[in-house]
Amino acid sequence: MSEFLNMGGYAVYVWSSYGLAALILWLNWYLPRRQHQQLLQQNKRRHHGTGE
Amino acid sequence: MYLWFNKLGSPPHFYRIAGKWLPWLSAVFALLLITGLYGGLVYAPTDYQQGESFRIIYIHVPAAWMSLFVYVVMAFCGVVIIVWRMKLAEVVLISSAPIGASFTFLALATGSLWGKPMWGTWWVWDARLTSELILLFLYLGVIGLHSAIDDKRIASRAVAILAIVGVVNIPIIHYSVEWWNSLHQGPTVTKFDKPSIDMRMLIPLLIMALSFQIYYVIALFQSSRAELLRRERNSKWVAELSGGN
Repeated sequence: MSEFLNMGGYAVYVWSSYGLAALILWLNWYLPRRQHQQLLQQNKRRHHGTGE
Repeated sequence: MYLWFNKLGSPPHFYRIAGKWLPWLSAVFALLLITGLYGGLVYAPTDYQQGESFRIIYIHVPAAWMSLFVYVVMAFCGVVIIVWRMKLAEVVLISSAPIGASFTFLALATGSLWGKPMWGTWWVWDARLTSELILLFLYLGVIGLHSAIDDKRIASRAVAILAIVGVVNIPIIHYSVEWWNSLHQGPTVTKFDKPSIDMRMLIPLLIMALSFQIYYVIALFQSSRAELLRRERNSKWVAELSGGN
């Protein structure tokens, strides 16, 4: 296991690549999702507010 | 065909379909990602020249391929916007830009992380790296231009033109390693003869590439839905969306 994590001495480069990828992919998934939910909520308030 | 195209192009229809597809796409993505990661990090043999550092390829190459693919999608949307003024194309174009920029940044950053131990430098101003950096600026240009113009219909036409013009950079990036001498290695997969890469290395790479492709669709659907709600907030279908259930 520690041999695997060590990546033949390239651990820093390999794992920071994978870590960065995970972070960037997660952000591109999470941020629009959160925005979408906020928009849905705003809409709800707006339409209920006008007495529809 | 035309009818189908027309129907898919209608914002409420796309909004609904995208929402329906998202969980399925996510499941396929997760499956491919796990398989690809296992293949890339465990199953693929160590490279005889680069040791374990070559495993960066499973992020770097799919990200670089996607950086080109997403741009081509944007340019295609650009043509659709200019010719047919299709609203959905506008949404897809602008929703793709941050995703494409992310893939480009990821390709550049992982390239650096790979270049440092292999080439001894984080960066060289050669044709491949420079043209990919220009691609990043094109994406950022699209995002910046779109947010600088308030009327989103006009903004969309402006970014459509930018996206179409910038597409000349795509073949330059692809052929840069053949046209100019470079530290960057030549193509190993997209050659017409047999790829010069071990099958046990290649298959995980293709799986990772496919998972990135599906990831793009997921991220695109996600942000297109948000963009559609924002743009169409005064339309009937959005009102029904919040009032109906």
